[in-house]
Amino acid sequence: MKTKIYIIALVSMIIAALNLSAASKNQITCTGSTTVLPIAQAAAESYMDNHPEINISVRGGGSGVGVAALQNGTTDICNSSRPMKSKEISVAKAKGINPVAYAIANDAISIIVHTNNPIKDITIQQIKDIYTGKIKNWKALGGPNLPIVAVSRDVSSGTFEVFNEKVLAGAKVEGSAQLLASNNAVLSAVSNTPGAIGYVGLGYVNETVKLLSVNRVIPAVASVKNNSYPLARKLYMYTNGNAKGEVEKLIGFIQSEKGQKIVEEQGFINIK
Amino acid sequence: MNKYKEKAFQTVVYIASLLTVFALLALIYGLFNEGLPFFDTVSIKDFIFGNGWYPTNSEPEFGAWTLIIGSFSVTIGALLIGIPLGLGSAIFISEIAGNRLREIVKPIIELLAGIPSVVYGLFGMSFIAPLTSKWLHLDTGLNVFSTSLILGLMIIPIIASMSEDALSNVSKSMREASLALGSTKMECVFRVIVPAARRGIIGSILLGLGRAIGETMVVLMVSGGSAQIPKGIFDSVRPITSTIAAEMGETVIGSLHYQSLYALAILLFIFTFLSNLITEIFILKKSKNE
Repeated sequence: MKTKIYIIALVSMIIAALNLSAASKNQITCTGSTTVLPIAQAAAESYMDNHPEINISVRGGGSGVGVAALQNGTTDICNSSRPMKSKEISVAKAKGINPVAYAIANDAISIIVHTNNPIKDITIQQIKDIYTGKIKNWKALGGPNLPIVAVSRDVSSGTFEVFNEKVLAGAKVEGSAQLLASNNAVLSAVSNTPGAIGYVGLGYVNETVKLLSVNRVIPAVASVKNNSYPLARKLYMYTNGNAKGEVEKLIGFIQSEKGQKIVEEQGFINIK
Repeated sequence: MNKYKEKAFQTVVYIASLLTVFALLALIYGLFNEGLPFFDTVSIKDFIFGNGWYPTNSEPEFGAWTLIIGSFSVTIGALLIGIPLGLGSAIFISEIAGNRLREIVKPIIELLAGIPSVVYGLFGMSFIAPLTSKWLHLDTGLNVFSTSLILGLMIIPIIASMSEDALSNVSKSMREASLALGSTKMECVFRVIVPAARRGIIGSILLGLGRAIGETMVVLMVSGGSAQIPKGIFDSVRPITSTIAAEMGETVIGSLHYQSLYALAILLFIFTFLSNLITEIFILKKSKNE
């Protein structure tokens, strides 16, 4: 009698599994950058509300993970907070994958300090000097006599790579700089540390920290769109070849007016 | 029928143990397979004793020395906090507390082991670190001190429960002999019982060391992540585990940087392997002696 129950359970489980795999034709997977993650998640939820037959699974992991998943053909969409590197593209091509980029949002790498810091503006050169260890005290920038605690993202994050290219120009970050693993960790460290300076995506800036203008430009919709803010960047979704079918519709939705509204709700800037 | 059952049982447990051994071998193979090619490009000496960790720079440097020092500094700090507290709790539970108190204290200490490490990390990042920087007037609270504090807390249950086992296993006759010779309770504990249980205690400390050196979430969130040799206990460091965790997510698979993270993992594996080996030797010796 017992064996019978087991067999029935087993068979029904197999049937359920078969059903799942049959349904996966309407499945879209989306992997990569943690900066893009909130946009992708909110957009996927909104899209699924209107298209209940589509199932979108969104995963983070980082731009590098997304790119690797695209190269291995294990994801439909790769989220990336930076353009793919030429080496990554050549590896993908060698595997028969042809990455195509879709810009889905604008972002600004925002320089933040502790709320008690009187400094309002900083230049790119000054940021570079801080992170390479040339300037070690806020006094040198006209601030209080307080040692600077430089907070950076990890050297392999997409955000660091943009920062590296636009600010450091390849110079090495000083060893004593703190390297933290996520936008939120940087935000929390800067809000708790009077001498700290850090950088995060614009969507993460809130009232616990003070936002600095860079070269006298404040990161905002207008200054990011006309590229006058020096640390503006684009966020991307990559697909293998031109997006087709449901993937094309999804990316089209994110680029549409409604999708761009979601981008703004998540604290980023639209691409219109 | 019974014979058949017996046979099946034996097969099942045999397969289970085989699978476990296989899993370990697969892990070691994966680790060395991905990590060893790294040493074709970078020499072992440059890797271990190099001072700069700049894996993504246009002229990458793979010097793990600062990371190794980072790992050891927080581990030693953790042991300095975990050993006295863990051993003290063990002595209290095993020798001093009455039955009822023991039933209350022991599960509480063991509960510390059940809390996920990410919770410890959050606690350290958002509570301990701001507090230490405020009270001690530091530039930053994400440093060796805060990290050691949390790691020390995490290894208490390991040290306490294993040492307690070792202390309880000391035979009653030794206690009675010592007390009969006129020793006080304190003399009895520190001159007789602790020395008699020392192998178990050392074993527990080495296990605690293994746990502290391999802990990832806490060091990732609390150590501050500066790749530097700390000048004091209030400097930030970057342990090996947090480097792997932070960088693995976004590195290009198969690149030199990717391989270097596996090389770090091999290093960590060797450290843990050695500490477990020493633990094993101590415990094996103990069972031979008795």
